Amino acid sequence: MTLEIDNLTLRFRDRPALFAPLTLRIAPGEVGTVMGPSGVGKSTLLDAIAGHLAHGFTLTGDVRLNGQSVLRLPPERRRIGLVFQDAVLFPHLSVGDNLAFGLTPDIRGRAARANAVEQALIRAGLAGLAPRDPATLSGGQRARVALMRALLAEPMALLMDEPFSKLDANLRSEMRSFAFAHIRERDIPALVVTHDPADAEVANGPKFLLSVA
Amino acid sequence: MTTEGRLLRGMVLLVVGIGFLAPIAAGVWQTARAALGVLPAIGATEPGLQAFALLAEVPGIGRAIWLSVVTGLGSTLMSLLIAGGVVILASDRLAGRRGARLLAPFLAAPHAAMAIGLAFLLAPSGWIARGLAPVMGWDRPPDLATVNDPLGLALMLGLMVKEVPFLLLVMLSALTQVPPRRDLAIGRSLGYGRGMVWVKVILPQIWPLIRLPLMVVLAYALSVVDMALILGPSNPPTLAVLLVRLFSDPDLARLLPASAGAMLQLGLVVASFAALWGGEHLLRGLGLIWLRRGRRQGVADLLAPRAAGLVALLLMGLGAGAMLSLLVWSMAWRWPWPEIWPESGSLQAWARPGSGWGRALWNTALLAFATTGLSLMLAIAWLEAEDRARMARARWAEALIYLPLLVPQVSFLFGMNVLLLRLGLSGGMAAVIWGQCLFVFPYVMIALSDPWRARDRRLDRAAAALGAGPWRRMVAVKLPVLLAPICTAAAIGMAVSVAQYLPTLFLGAGRIATLTTEAVTLSSSSDRRVVGVLASLQAVLPWLAYLAAFLLPALLHRNRRDLRPAHDA
Repeated sequence: MTLEIDNLTLRFRDRPALFAPLTLRIAPGEVGTVMGPSGVGKSTLLDAIAGHLAHGFTLTGDVRLNGQSVLRLPPERRRIGLVFQDAVLFPHLSVGDNLAFGLTPDIRGRAARANAVEQALIRAGLAGLAPRDPATLSGGQRARVALMRALLAEPMALLMDEPFSKLDANLRSEMRSFAFAHIRERDIPALVVTHDPADAEVANGPKFLLSVA
Repeated sequence: MTTEGRLLRGMVLLVVGIGFLAPIAAGVWQTARAALGVLPAIGATEPGLQAFALLAEVPGIGRAIWLSVVTGLGSTLMSLLIAGGVVILASDRLAGRRGARLLAPFLAAPHAAMAIGLAFLLAPSGWIARGLAPVMGWDRPPDLATVNDPLGLALMLGLMVKEVPFLLLVMLSALTQVPPRRDLAIGRSLGYGRGMVWVKVILPQIWPLIRLPLMVVLAYALSVVDMALILGPSNPPTLAVLLVRLFSDPDLARLLPASAGAMLQLGLVVASFAALWGGEHLLRGLGLIWLRRGRRQGVADLLAPRAAGLVALLLMGLGAGAMLSLLVWSMAWRWPWPEIWPESGSLQAWARPGSGWGRALWNTALLAFATTGLSLMLAIAWLEAEDRARMARARWAEALIYLPLLVPQVSFLFGMNVLLLRLGLSGGMAAVIWGQCLFVFPYVMIALSDPWRARDRRLDRAAAALGAGPWRRMVAVKLPVLLAPICTAAAIGMAVSVAQYLPTLFLGAGRIATLTTEAVTLSSSSDRRVVGVLASLQAVLPWLAYLAAFLLPALLHRNRRDLRPAHDA
């Protein structure tokens, strides 16, 4: 599984392109990082890859996963996971149900699914928290639930939008190694948009800079 | 991947266009034709202005027009000033859900129930006179026209009891977009008093946000029928009441001057909008001159707002008293003048649903559920279609959903009914459901669209990234997260439906009896017990809907802190 972006440009209506054409290639298990000045369109880039571009945007170039273009697929069929800056857990569901929502439908049977959810919680060091309201978790706990939820869907690539920037310094490095370890273990490409040079440092993967077109 | 969304969006806009806007346009058109002498159904085919000539000969027409203008403009202007004063005094204390909770009972009470309760309170034999009797030495009800007074003061009071809370709510929600705190700090550091900062800086900023709701209030006050029947002058009445009388006259030839009057009513509303526009520009010019003079401290900075606050408290007291009096009178048996409480009570009126209220309650509930359900589905379809098409709101369509609230009901319902008669659809439950939806849907849509669009869209993206398709995203994520605003929109829809008078009367051809039509019809009768039961039920239904809208999300989301009401305040 490889994530390839080929000469990608984005523009809104007839305005100039957001950034200079972007080309990148991230191999399985690698964590690529994208940095760039504020407002250059880093979040819009993730929208484009995940399939959430608002009406009015035009995209040129291509986004390929395993050599297949995903641009014609709706977001739910791209199998590209998303992790946001502040977890974005479903506020109406318990922690366990948030994970169950993400868990791939290939795992069948109530007991098997409940077990998969519990295993994920254990691996995230959150054993027993399934019935909790996500709002009652700490920031670090929420971030881990969000990552596990994304991974349970068995994505073929993972996008992360400033995933660690809201955490304090200690938690940040802990969470970073937790996330990167899981990505390597699943052997999928990941793309992290960040402001923090340390993210790129630790990721130790290809680095990209978005520059104004 | 947005073709499906665009298709859905197109379909919703088509339904709104064909189901809502076209019928209103056609209704106005039919009424206008009749006003110009063409109504083939009664053999009138000669175009001309004779209908207006006939209208001019209707006794009391000049006075009726005058009364409409005075009560409509007067009550709206007073309500605006009072609501503005209250906001200046208490915007902090009323911010968020606190204000909404305080105002909800007044907003929920239908105009007709409020009017009947006020009549019970204000009438010479009513509660206020009974309270004053020992002081004033009255040994029988005073000979004063306190209700149905020829100047329309009782009607204005009734309108104000309902419109002040509405405008207050509108202003408070506008203030969430224009937070006053910073401007107040800057203004006061420059030496201006609190009231001055509000008047010179903050209120002008929220004006654009309240203009449209104010126009709805103005159009309503100029053309209200149910409240004017109960509280307004009777001979001559206001223009809208006079027109309803003409429209329901057994002499079908009266339909022509009635239609001419309906056009005149529309003209009054349009002219008042023009006056509002002119007044806005005039005030802006004068206000800038005033502002540039830079005067800091008014002699009494907060005197006027305090007076307004006092009047608002008085109005709320009257409203609460009115609601209470409905209940008390519905259970009173022997109640001689000038006792404050009934000597003996009886539940007889309540015990006999067969006397009419059972049937009316059933029809009212049926209409409320049907219209709210349909309106909610259409509103959700509209908003969901926007999401799926990834398109921003269709502003033109959004402006047009205000149309049914801005055109006086009496100006298009008759023409609409002419069309329905020709199609053989008049007089049935379906016609009334549709007619009420014209007014329920805009309120449901207005109530739901802001929370829908303001929700955290990253939740949808997270769900999509986990493989959830558009339907699963809607059912499993959006709707549950939006449960509270959906319930609120539903409660508002029910309150609007329960309160409808004219659409039920006209499109039901008088055959569909609801709590509102029965209460209004019987309001002038002497049996206050029966009227009290009808009006109490009418007031209780919307209140129950609001209560359910409050309790249901609180119960379902009791363990979900981020969805608890206190959280989004």
